Amino acid sequence: MKKHDQTTTANLLEIQDLSVHFNTQRGVVKAVRDLSLTIKKEETLALVGESGCGKSVTAHSINGLIPVPPGIIEKGKIIFEGENLLQKTEKEMQHIRGVRISMIFQEPMTSLNPVFTIGRQIADVFLTHHDIPREEAFSRAVNLLDMVKIPSPETRAKSYPHQLSGGMRQRAMIAMALASPEPGLMIADEPTTALDVTIQAQILRLMVSLKKRVGMSLLLITHDMGVVAETADRVIVMYAGRKVEEADVYSLFDKPAHPYTLGLLNSLPSNRKYAGASRLEAIPGTVPDLLTINDGCPFANRCPRAGDICRSVFPGETPLTEHHSVWCHNHVR
Amino acid sequence: MSDKSILRVQNLKTYFDVHNERGEKAHLKAVDDVSFTIREGEILGVVGESGCGKSTLGRTVLRLEEKRGGTVMYRETDLFGLDHRELRAARKKLQMIFQDPSSSLNPRKKVSSLISQPLKIHRTGTPEEIQDRVDALMEEVGLNPLYRRRFPHQFSGGQRQRIGIARALALNPEFIVCDEAVSALDVSVQAQILNLLLDLQDRHRLTYMFISHDLSVVEFISSRILVMYLGKIVEIADKKDLMKNPLHPYTKALFAAYPDADPKNRKEDRMLVMGDVPSPINPPRGCHFHPRCPFAKPVCTEVYPGNTNAEPGHTVACHLYST
Amino acid sequence: MNDTLIVKDPTPFQEILHELSKNKAAVAGLIIIALFLLIGILAPLIAPKDPFAQEISLRKLPPFSPGYILGSDDLGRDMLSRLMYGARISMIIGVISVGIAMGSGLLIGVTAGYIGGWYDRIVMRLIDIMLAFPYILLTIVIVAVLGPSLFNAMVAIGVSQIPRYARLVRASVLAEKEADYVTAERSLGASPLSLMFLSILPNCLAPVSVQATLGVGEAILSSAALSFLGLGAQPPTPEWGLMIASSREFITNAWWIVTFPGLATLLAVLGFNLFGDGLRDVLDPKLRE
Repeated sequence: MKKHDQTTTANLLEIQDLSVHFNTQRGVVKAVRDLSLTIKKEETLALVGESGCGKSVTAHSINGLIPVPPGIIEKGKIIFEGENLLQKTEKEMQHIRGVRISMIFQEPMTSLNPVFTIGRQIADVFLTHHDIPREEAFSRAVNLLDMVKIPSPETRAKSYPHQLSGGMRQRAMIAMALASPEPGLMIADEPTTALDVTIQAQILRLMVSLKKRVGMSLLLITHDMGVVAETADRVIVMYAGRKVEEADVYSLFDKPAHPYTLGLLNSLPSNRKYAGASRLEAIPGTVPDLLTINDGCPFANRCPRAGDICRSVFPGETPLTEHHSVWCHNHVR
Repeated sequence: MSDKSILRVQNLKTYFDVHNERGEKAHLKAVDDVSFTIREGEILGVVGESGCGKSTLGRTVLRLEEKRGGTVMYRETDLFGLDHRELRAARKKLQMIFQDPSSSLNPRKKVSSLISQPLKIHRTGTPEEIQDRVDALMEEVGLNPLYRRRFPHQFSGGQRQRIGIARALALNPEFIVCDEAVSALDVSVQAQILNLLLDLQDRHRLTYMFISHDLSVVEFISSRILVMYLGKIVEIADKKDLMKNPLHPYTKALFAAYPDADPKNRKEDRMLVMGDVPSPINPPRGCHFHPRCPFAKPVCTEVYPGNTNAEPGHTVACHLYST
Repeated sequence: MNDTLIVKDPTPFQEILHELSKNKAAVAGLIIIALFLLIGILAPLIAPKDPFAQEISLRKLPPFSPGYILGSDDLGRDMLSRLMYGARISMIIGVISVGIAMGSGLLIGVTAGYIGGWYDRIVMRLIDIMLAFPYILLTIVIVAVLGPSLFNAMVAIGVSQIPRYARLVRASVLAEKEADYVTAERSLGASPLSLMFLSILPNCLAPVSVQATLGVGEAILSSAALSFLGLGAQPPTPEWGLMIASSREFITNAWWIVTFPGLATLLAVLGFNLFGDGLRDVLDPKLRE
């Protein structure tokens, strides 16, 4: 349990000016550019955006899971509890990953070992951190399965991952994240995208209630505005590798300031304004190719409000309120 | 929209032979005794969670799966009574748009040959005429005809779905099954494709069967909605009736679970159904939903409920409403 | 509105070429193959002497003798010319054997995979029976039935290689036929034949092309073995295996007559194997990142 000075305790995680590139055959893909964000203790921050916006790359950078090569962390700092994770060795990262920072993926099958029972896999997490007998670790694992509301946890603990449904596997993954001695941050990368909506609602509710109970922070990566509205405290909207808007969840949905955020909300068929309407207000065009992207605003080619400056210069921060900022030359007022 | 039906499905059953957990032979009743009609010019939304049989239903009404029982009447013809030649002719009017445009387009074929394939199969004209038709189709779905010599992987997801739509339109069909047609797309692109589908419906007087797990999409695009659970239709009604007054406990649960894209409406106290969807290989006795249903009565565990006409055009299969 | 496709992507074929060019072993293999192909095609033009012309007075000349760079054999024929014509024969053997094997294998595999049912069961059991015989034994049996000759050896090698193609293709077809694009084309009214051979088959060719490349090398080796046993090419054909067989008694006093055909075989097979392995690395998406 490292001591950290008082100034950083409010912010559990701080990313400063992070840029992540990937070298591919066809050139350099600028996946994340100049991204800064903070996650406070016990808050839920949602990173939202469409495919290729860099939200998953950001999450993987925090956990040191960017494959190098082809990936390169061009610049930036990722400060977790006062320490820059980017300067850690792989060995040091292993004591952070899965201990202080856990991760839940879209498809839990890929992160569970298919040849061991889930009870054993969770017990193994206890055994690496505590000097306790195997039986005790197993019974603690059963307790955790009960905590994530898996029915008849004693029998389920003896099941193999493939014998569980998708929702149950995701619960098992959450249980495993909770098995570490002091979970600080849980990164959930599209945790409910592969699940049915009735199961999604159960899992989201579970994550939020456990977050409060354990006192950890949650970084939620998703493309689903509904999931964001339902669970997040604060939201960062990303587009083509850039942060374009940051706000508390109420301001974002109430007064979206970036034309992209507005377009995204307008694209939702569930948007109230469409009661009785026959067409959606779609954003024209497609996401730009990250290989050929220039230094202007990446949304300029689809933006109804774009001017000449948008195509050449990426805008600086425009603070709207204490909790709401937008990166746009001509934001929605 | 007229009241004339374009497709009448009666007691349709599609079973698959599978092995259950103990390795014994069993039936997966993907579609189990399902009846409904689709009216000319309407968009019938089919909504349900994975394993409810909605995709199999879509494929069976086009006779892409073999049925185990029941009939599918397309206008006056029984689709399952046709021989190969007749079926091939009927396929001109019945088309399908798939979920994942990257897997529904043959990766080794160029766009022009993908879109022209139906025209060539049904020998609709000279090579020049076909070429012109391909260009016109590409323009109609919002693709630049200059890209006709490209391969599918050189397009974005939304553009690929446009290729799939152009192919489905090539033979001037009148009925199209859209199987999760926008589910693989990003939200902003999904909106473009939904608008395109609606434009095409207006222009060509198309009838859609729109299958999706996404309630908000189905709600937006459909005129009537059919809710499926484990191979059965649990409720079918006009969209307005269904959204205003869902009757079946499963429909209610589905609506309640759907996240509202507005943080002010967080449903922290909403009713959530517990538990998982049971395996369709061995669904619960009686009403398939009874183990998860908060209103289950003793009869629900024994007898599958019949259809009740709650109001005109609103049918529900639930013991709570049977008289 | 959709004109955002600025970058011209490479076609799949260009991509494979590019990947291959980064694989040194594959490039080396390709160079060796090209060299042998070139020698084989140009043999009549570049061979210094008639490969059949015997010069009794100039028997067993060691390498670097005037006019005989690689020496002469026990009947005074020029080793270099015979090896060059041998390259031509080996390439033909490779192409014909693999052609027979691949053609029949594809036909069997695609139909078995697509049609399934009893047809699949019967055909694949027959293939299993063929696989139960040791490969070389099976070729020997076939040649024994057909009679020893170079062409029959090619047929025998081709037939005994059928099972691997059939199984490979059937497995890919089983996976591919569930793909949405097949259902899509079926819903357009495409016939089963066109689905099998025009839609599905092209998507199954990647593993087959790897197998075919490795198969050429193996066919050359097998044919050398059959000729060595007297079941393949007959004298005086300058086939490498036969050249080794007919000169093995000179291994102590005229090593080059045995060694050079052996080296040529080794090099050719090595070339095909290197290239085949490289091709597999490129085509296998699991190894590619």
